[in-house]
Amino acid sequence: MPFDIYDLSTFTHWIDTSLRAGMSPFWAVFTEFVLVGVVFLAFYAVVGLFLVYAERRICAFMQCRLGPNRVGPGGIFQTIADLIKLLFKELIYIKNADKILFNIAPFIVIIASFLALAAIPFGKGLQAMDFNIGIFYVVAVSSIGVIGILLAGWSSNSKYSLIGALRSGAQIISYELSVGLSLIVIVILAGTMQLSEIVEMQRDGWFIFTGHLPAVIAFIIFMIASTAEINRGPFDLAEAESELTAGFHTEYSGIKFAFFFLAEYMNMFIVASIAATVFWGGWMPLHIGSWEGFNHAMDFIPPFIWYLGKTAVIIYLIMLFKWTFPRLRIDQLLTLEWKYLLPVNLFNVLLMAFIVLKGWHF
Amino acid sequence: MEITGAQIMFYIFAAVILVFSVLTVTSRKILRAATYLLFVLIATAGIYFMLKYEFLAAVQLTLYAGGIVVLIIFSILLTSHISEKFEPISKMKTIASFLASAAGAILVSSVFIQYKFVATTKEALNVDMEIIGKSLLSYEREGFVLPFEVISILLLAAMVGAIVIAKKSDDKIINEDKIK
Repeated sequence: MPFDIYDLSTFTHWIDTSLRAGMSPFWAVFTEFVLVGVVFLAFYAVVGLFLVYAERRICAFMQCRLGPNRVGPGGIFQTIADLIKLLFKELIYIKNADKILFNIAPFIVIIASFLALAAIPFGKGLQAMDFNIGIFYVVAVSSIGVIGILLAGWSSNSKYSLIGALRSGAQIISYELSVGLSLIVIVILAGTMQLSEIVEMQRDGWFIFTGHLPAVIAFIIFMIASTAEINRGPFDLAEAESELTAGFHTEYSGIKFAFFFLAEYMNMFIVASIAATVFWGGWMPLHIGSWEGFNHAMDFIPPFIWYLGKTAVIIYLIMLFKWTFPRLRIDQLLTLEWKYLLPVNLFNVLLMAFIVLKGWHF
Repeated sequence: MEITGAQIMFYIFAAVILVFSVLTVTSRKILRAATYLLFVLIATAGIYFMLKYEFLAAVQLTLYAGGIVVLIIFSILLTSHISEKFEPISKMKTIASFLASAAGAILVSSVFIQYKFVATTKEALNVDMEIIGKSLLSYEREGFVLPFEVISILLLAAMVGAIVIAKKSDDKIINEDKIK
């Protein structure tokens, strides 16, 4: 059994050939689908639980508290206990809600984030789907998630939910533009939208270093806009607890609430993965020009560790935003997007196109 | 005849499209209709993915599912209440619309049955970003620069119109000042 932590494509090929040897192609592909699905579900749950724990510890650290520290060593099993509690909680049915839409909404949110997860390269050869339009695909499927939020808000038949959903809809639709345009800047630099190729092109240096100023601007804009896209503080006015109880998921309880909660954290993970992949080279180790020895030493760290490390740093940054900045008002939010980020972004696209045409990038 | 996995997927998508299209027009709650429409559009994107035309599939998802349906839902959220329901459709209307759609189905399927579909042996074209970008801005044969520009002007006109409608007129502002 070939297992090489530096190139997992041999491992996946080995699974494929040994499955095809034992059964017809149809059942081989079917088994692979099921396997990939189970792996992703497990990954989704584990990462989600860990992120909730990490957020509580980081929040506590910023506020000079300890955070969860009783259940397990350092409180690491706290979120598992919380999950068990959520599983056993009663699912409350609201009398005058639109029951079909009320029940569908959490699934739309979670399926959208699941679809986006499929295109992310976790390591060399460790990617469920490698489309030639990878980035566009991720932007496309993540735009479906907002429908779940809107449906949840409307079908709950509650004024808090409805206002929360409307706010979050306006916010996500406007900030989608900035996310898309800041990714286009990198697509111009890379000349491709395939995520595996984008990672491969950063072998000699990550795009944030080789892309000069426009790449740095694009990275900053991406961080701001994607924090808004995933409804996290300081842009969390869709669920501003002081005004709207809990926003669009006020009426949800038990496992359906857990779906929204989990999807929010997984969206943060996806956004961080995209930022790490597009700007920081994904699983590609840090290589500096002609420093042979340094580059070689960096190659010893497995790609998966590089990927997780970079993603963790970006997630930490997003969490710092939430616990540092005060919440924006809706007019400030829209002013920031339409009057500042969007014009800067459009100018940035021109600048990057100019630099690529002149061949000034490394 | 052996059924392949692709065929099974096609039948699943086709069934989803058929069932939810019918539900879209028969549902009496407007937001449910919009949600069923969303499922139809997503299943259509699934068929594009099956045909390995990922670009069109992603466009379908981002424009129709993520764009137009979101706008429809947004406007429903602003205008209608959850308790609102359409009136049940009268029997005459049901019969008339059934006849009309049956006539349409017969017309379309008769054309489809007569047409001989020839399976192409050509290699599937790998539509990557470069091909799309070049054909979008090419003014030669099979270039799309003219439609692209026409659509831009249309969108610009629509946007200017929307701003003019949404803008407060001057005398309104004066009136509001008087009230204050």
